[in-house]
Amino acid sequence: MNLTLTIIGQMIAFAVFVVFCMKFVWPPLMDAIEARQKKIADGLAATDRAEKDLALAQDKAKDQLKDAKAHAAEIIEQAKKREAKMIDEAIAKANAEREHILAQAKAEVDAERIRAREELRKQVASLAVAGAERILQRSIDEAAHSDILEKLVAEL
Amino acid sequence: MAAGESNISSHIQHHLTNAKMCTVDGSVAFNKACSEAGFWVLHIDSLAWSIGLGILFLWLFRIAAVKASRDQLAVPGKFQCFVELLVEFVDSNVKSTFYGNSKLIAPLALTIFVWVFLMNLMDLVPVDVLPALAGWIGFTFFGVESQNVYMKIVPTTDINTTAALAMGVFVLMIGYSIKIKGVVGFIKELTLHPFHAKNVVVQALLVPFNLLLEVLALITKPFSLALRLYGNLYAGEMIFILIGIIGLLQLPLHFIWAVFHILVIVLQAFVFMMLTIVYLSMASADNH
Repeated sequence: MNLTLTIIGQMIAFAVFVVFCMKFVWPPLMDAIEARQKKIADGLAATDRAEKDLALAQDKAKDQLKDAKAHAAEIIEQAKKREAKMIDEAIAKANAEREHILAQAKAEVDAERIRAREELRKQVASLAVAGAERILQRSIDEAAHSDILEKLVAEL
Repeated sequence: MAAGESNISSHIQHHLTNAKMCTVDGSVAFNKACSEAGFWVLHIDSLAWSIGLGILFLWLFRIAAVKASRDQLAVPGKFQCFVELLVEFVDSNVKSTFYGNSKLIAPLALTIFVWVFLMNLMDLVPVDVLPALAGWIGFTFFGVESQNVYMKIVPTTDINTTAALAMGVFVLMIGYSIKIKGVVGFIKELTLHPFHAKNVVVQALLVPFNLLLEVLALITKPFSLALRLYGNLYAGEMIFILIGIIGLLQLPLHFIWAVFHILVIVLQAFVFMMLTIVYLSMASADNH
């Protein structure tokens, strides 16, 4: 245990090492460590944020789905109502048409009957006249008894 | 057996002697020629090993630092992770102990921790290997009797190394004290505490006592730093040497002591680092 000049040499070496470490070793390593720590912290924060966003989006999607379902139900309900209404309308229209057609047909039939009856009447009249003419060919003057015949025709 | 005993003691003595270099009559001389040189001797083995290990430390860490600064956000390799782990470990210790703001303390602590650890680590190299190799080289290439070639490979078993570290820390302690408190503040700290009196005359009487106590407290710190490391490693080395001379039985004993010593070398490096931080923290604290 003897102190010698070595102590001076060791002190110089120590000082040089410390200065070198302080200038060229510590700062780059510390910077890198801090940069990486920051990156990791950012990454973790981003993950948290993403998780929150995901939860929010899921909630939103759920709400939207619920809304959409409600909306769809409403639309179906409206469509059903409209369908029923349309059917009713169609039925009413068809009924009206039927009534109309029936009425028209009836009118036509009536007109036809009247015309036929008229014709028949006329023919009957003329037949009666013809008959009477044949029966009364000689005795009855057509012109003199036409009023009677007219009356007969009107009664038919 | 007297011859055997003197053989053993000279073997131990050989192991505990540094390789010396000095100048005698204007020319370079080595080892036994330097016995008259007193202070003006260089322990070239301590210097070479410690500086070599220091350069190894800085070289390895510089590689990691260059890699780290090339792309700060790249995924680090295993070696770089290890280096950063050490840096982080030292940094957290410094931050939890040293409250001032200093760019020097943390790199200083890292240098002390790793350098002292590497120097202590040399203790685990089997004690006879490198001295025998050095003796063989000396005999084969320089024609020196291998008995006269000295090689002490653990720099921290040389009081000069530990004292140099402690002196460096001591200089920084004084520097920080003066920087933070000013010269007047530092003198006040040394003279007005721990005994303080309101009366000026009584205070003047107390100054010598205070000075004695405070100066003693101040200079015990580097002494304790230097002697603790030196004592632990010297004792460890001594045990290794003693185990080394007992023949075949040394193998299990050597193993057990080496395993135990792994703890000691890390612990002593850590203690030296922590005490450095604590002392510098105390020096820069203005709490008196």
